[in-house]
Amino acid sequence: MASHSSHTLHGEVHHGFIRTYIFSTDHKVIGIQYLMLALFAVLLGMALSVFMRLRLAWPAEKWPSLEQVFSVGFAGGQMTPEFYLAMMTMHGTIMVFFVLTTAPLSGFGNYFLPIQIGARDMAFPVLNMLSFWVTFVSLAVMVSALLVTGGAPISGWTAYAPLSAVGEVAGPGLGTGQTLWVISIAIFCAASLLTALNFLCTTINLRARGMSLMRMPLTVWAWFTTAILALLAFPVLLGGGVLLLLDRIGGSSFFIPGGLVISDKLIPHEGGSPILWQHLFWFFGHPEVYIAILPGMGVTSHILSTFARKPIFAYKAMVSAIFAIGFISYIVWGHHMFMSGMSPFTSMVFSVSTMAVGVPSAIKTFNWLATLRGAQIRFTTPMLFALAFVSLFVTGGITGLLLAQPAIDIYLHDTSFVVAHFHLIMGVAAIFGIFAGIYYWFPKMFGRMMSAPLGRIHFWFTVVGVYAIFMPMHFMGISGAPRRYATLTEFTYLQHLQPVQLFISIAAFITIAAQFIFLYNFFVSMWKGEKAGMNPWESTSLEWVIPSPPPHDNFGEVEPVVHHGPYEYGVPGSPTDFVMQNAPAGSVAS
Amino acid sequence: MQYALAVFFWLVASITVVLFIGKVWWLPPLISEHGAAIDSQLILTLIIAGIAFFLAQVSLGYLIWRFRAQPGQRALYWHENSRMEAVWTIGTAVVFIWLSLSGNRIWASYILTAPPANALSIEVTAQQFAWNIRYPGPDGKFGRTDFHLINDGNANYLGLDAKDPATKDDITTQNIIAVPVNRPVRVMLRTKDVTHSFFVPVLRVKQDMVPGLMIPVHFTATQTGEYEVACAELCGMQHYKMRARLLVMSEADFENWLKQRASMQ
Repeated sequence: MASHSSHTLHGEVHHGFIRTYIFSTDHKVIGIQYLMLALFAVLLGMALSVFMRLRLAWPAEKWPSLEQVFSVGFAGGQMTPEFYLAMMTMHGTIMVFFVLTTAPLSGFGNYFLPIQIGARDMAFPVLNMLSFWVTFVSLAVMVSALLVTGGAPISGWTAYAPLSAVGEVAGPGLGTGQTLWVISIAIFCAASLLTALNFLCTTINLRARGMSLMRMPLTVWAWFTTAILALLAFPVLLGGGVLLLLDRIGGSSFFIPGGLVISDKLIPHEGGSPILWQHLFWFFGHPEVYIAILPGMGVTSHILSTFARKPIFAYKAMVSAIFAIGFISYIVWGHHMFMSGMSPFTSMVFSVSTMAVGVPSAIKTFNWLATLRGAQIRFTTPMLFALAFVSLFVTGGITGLLLAQPAIDIYLHDTSFVVAHFHLIMGVAAIFGIFAGIYYWFPKMFGRMMSAPLGRIHFWFTVVGVYAIFMPMHFMGISGAPRRYATLTEFTYLQHLQPVQLFISIAAFITIAAQFIFLYNFFVSMWKGEKAGMNPWESTSLEWVIPSPPPHDNFGEVEPVVHHGPYEYGVPGSPTDFVMQNAPAGSVAS
Repeated sequence: MQYALAVFFWLVASITVVLFIGKVWWLPPLISEHGAAIDSQLILTLIIAGIAFFLAQVSLGYLIWRFRAQPGQRALYWHENSRMEAVWTIGTAVVFIWLSLSGNRIWASYILTAPPANALSIEVTAQQFAWNIRYPGPDGKFGRTDFHLINDGNANYLGLDAKDPATKDDITTQNIIAVPVNRPVRVMLRTKDVTHSFFVPVLRVKQDMVPGLMIPVHFTATQTGEYEVACAELCGMQHYKMRARLLVMSEADFENWLKQRASMQ
């Protein structure tokens, strides 16, 4: 099945520093580059959320020291609402695109997909390098939007037209900042498209002998499905982004109808449809949610099985569920638009399809729980994060039952309830998937172990923290608090929620501070950590049959031959409680 | 470690359920006819979701508590169980689809039903960052508007055309919406500039106001009093301040209010 083409370089290759670490075509280096890019982005996105929480907890407070740094955003010492909205927009954008898409798919996927299927590299290594550097350019353009005159856009990560289309007349940040935002997103789409293509070709063509589809680890299935989603979703946003850019700088009117008057100025456009932007955006946007979470589901399945020392329960059902989620995610986008003014009949169709996506999600949850039944659980740091992933996945997912119903959305749409829902499921659960992955694969990537005690401290602060932050937002939403409000206290019926805001902010600050424990552990362990052997976790998949860190060409001259499924733990009659995927066929009954 | 984690998941489940049941933070009062069905569907779904949430967290905690690795022991070699899988797949599918169908019924019975002919017609036009309300006046007709005539400086927020005879008796207000109690009201939603959303929490009404479209919503308020209208779609820097007062009055008070307003124009 495998046909390693001549692009793969055998043995030791001596390139200069630049070819080895900067413009490298090695999938492992590129994977780490993506992870580092995501790490920078997540720190930035987190810093932006600190500003948001400052304003929400203390709306009238003056911050003279911050005024020294941000003379416009803190004019008079108080954070302006437009500064709040700029932080919010950039927080959402950076987290969704540069963290939740980049780390789980492009980061871990790049590093481990080829190794887990027994390949020497991606199908198109040069294209792979190009994808990363295009993503890098995209991030640079996005960050520059924070620095231009007028500031970052204030239209939210969803950039609803015409607010995002008509320019500075509609508010600060909607000039240059918004233009840079659109350009960055378009570039990002192009890069992700290339990555997706590479992942698909690699999975289809480069599997080692014996690595049949039904022997692929669930991580590979998750990356593969995610790549299909990315391949079909990003072009739509790319198209939408180009049209939005044309509306902004080319005088076209795709999303701007006629007769708009903003601040007494007649907008010289006519004939466009604001709802069209929403369709294009969410046709991408909903699959994007699954692009963020599917790899986390794959990693969780993989880690649960490993540290439960048990086969994953119902492997085939897990594969089908991943595919079902991927497919259904394409026909649910309208549930973001129940109140948008689209036909109410359409809403009914989207309501049923959205409920349907809950079924495979529930199957996955049941199977994770069933995997733990009769297990011999080893409470390693990656396992702690994987277990919490299951908890968070349930907590975040179950509120979808409410939000999938247009009748209930009449009340809950665009309230904090939605913010709580999507943060838990696509933000926090996905981040827990990333953490689980980092703690699990760190020994393979860097040849050293991360500190387990520090990992536990980090885990406890984080898991308690995220529940303390996001659970109360459900109650705010139930009380009718609209999202994207720079302050709730302008409304009488919301004033009793101010103590909740304060509580959330304090919880957020503590949780954010605790992430520095992780950073310390990550960077110090890279050089000072205890040396890791080839297979410190006693896992079965192929990345654990090669040295830590793996050599440039992964498996060297000897191509692995696969004889077993990926989750053969606790097999009766085998000498150890795990059977490597490439163990000789006769060694155990399988 | 495993005990702490199990207890933590149980605590999360219990505290959440207690806070919901105790209604520590809860829905604002309901003052519309159609809202009762929405509330009961919301509560029904919340109960079903709550039970699933609670059971899942408690089971997760139990499994963690119970199945810690013991030295020298092997885990159960247990791959699948098609009967169990079929039961929970079909079970969830039935519950989920039933929920969505029953929710759709409530949606359809509200959204797809036209208000009765005697409903009071009001027009609400949003702009950054205010609400413009217009009543048709005694002739029951809204006068012509033209966006070329819009001039906030002259307080012609809607671009009213004074040449149209139907315009003369139109009554306009900003950020105050008065409606009579127990009488159906039909609101035509429009916007001058960007997308806004008309959100009246106590009425359980929300609808985006989309540039270029006029979208009707309707309700019957059942209790007099003063309430708040909020914008629920991000519309710019003062989004969080875009507030209108909703005054629900007795029929007589409402007629008086209209007359008083008319005399002010």
